[in-house]
Amino acid sequence: MTAIQSPVTEEIHPDVALVERAKGGDVSAFEQLVRQYDRQIFRVAQHITQNREDAEDITQDAFLKAYQKLDQFQGNSKFSTWLVRIAVNESLMRLRKRKTSKTVSMDEDVQTEEGAIPRDFADWSPNPEQQYGQGELGDILRKTIQGLSPGFRSVFTLRDIENLSTEETAEALGLSVPAVKSRLLRARLQLRERLSRYFRQKKESTA
Amino acid sequence: MNCTEFLSKMTDYFDGEIAPDLLVEVRAHLCECSHCEVVVNTTRRTIEIYKDNEIYEFSPELRERLHTAIMAKCVPSAR
Repeated sequence: MTAIQSPVTEEIHPDVALVERAKGGDVSAFEQLVRQYDRQIFRVAQHITQNREDAEDITQDAFLKAYQKLDQFQGNSKFSTWLVRIAVNESLMRLRKRKTSKTVSMDEDVQTEEGAIPRDFADWSPNPEQQYGQGELGDILRKTIQGLSPGFRSVFTLRDIENLSTEETAEALGLSVPAVKSRLLRARLQLRERLSRYFRQKKESTA
Repeated sequence: MNCTEFLSKMTDYFDGEIAPDLLVEVRAHLCECSHCEVVVNTTRRTIEIYKDNEIYEFSPELRERLHTAIMAKCVPSAR
């Protein structure tokens, strides 16, 4: 027996109409998609590559590639997830070319046990961010995330900074859902451990 | 539930994707283990701090420059 049908059919994402128009040759529709996602694509590329010039190039390349391959976008996933996947691939390719990083494969970093077990159990100050000025805080956060391997950085960026779901993150990175979950745990724990050095409650303040 | 078992469930716990019976165990563990309680709280703060602070500048100038460069390449013949 079929269940009672909901009067509301599945909601269609507004991007679908823009993509359809862009496929039909409407450049202004594509321009709107660029405006919508340029910041996100730049941020993803910068987080993964940790290099500003690369992030600028990747942002351009990702949109151009998306434009050229619009016909291949089937609409099985969100347009933004598809676009992020292109940007992630471009970013990882860029890292491999640069070869400054030891681990650029999505599979290598899983071997490390570092950060899998928490060691620092000091609680943080109530408002840790306020201990530092905005500039200094930015430096701490950049330095800390830079210390993660690209694979862990990618998962943390997509899942926690860009708010993709676990499934969308898996799709964008070409990983299984369990692999995303395990990397996300490690990435979060490693960042937490490193930030603890800066944000832990000072002994004096508890006296 | 011990600390290792708790850690293996932490991602699901954070993401609200945990079975009700396990949730009871997780909460019980957090009540009795101050270390794991700190790990949960500080991990949550870690995520919030990264969410709340845009750490890479994306200035209007850069945005316009990128936009112009992208659109210049996206002419209908490029597809």
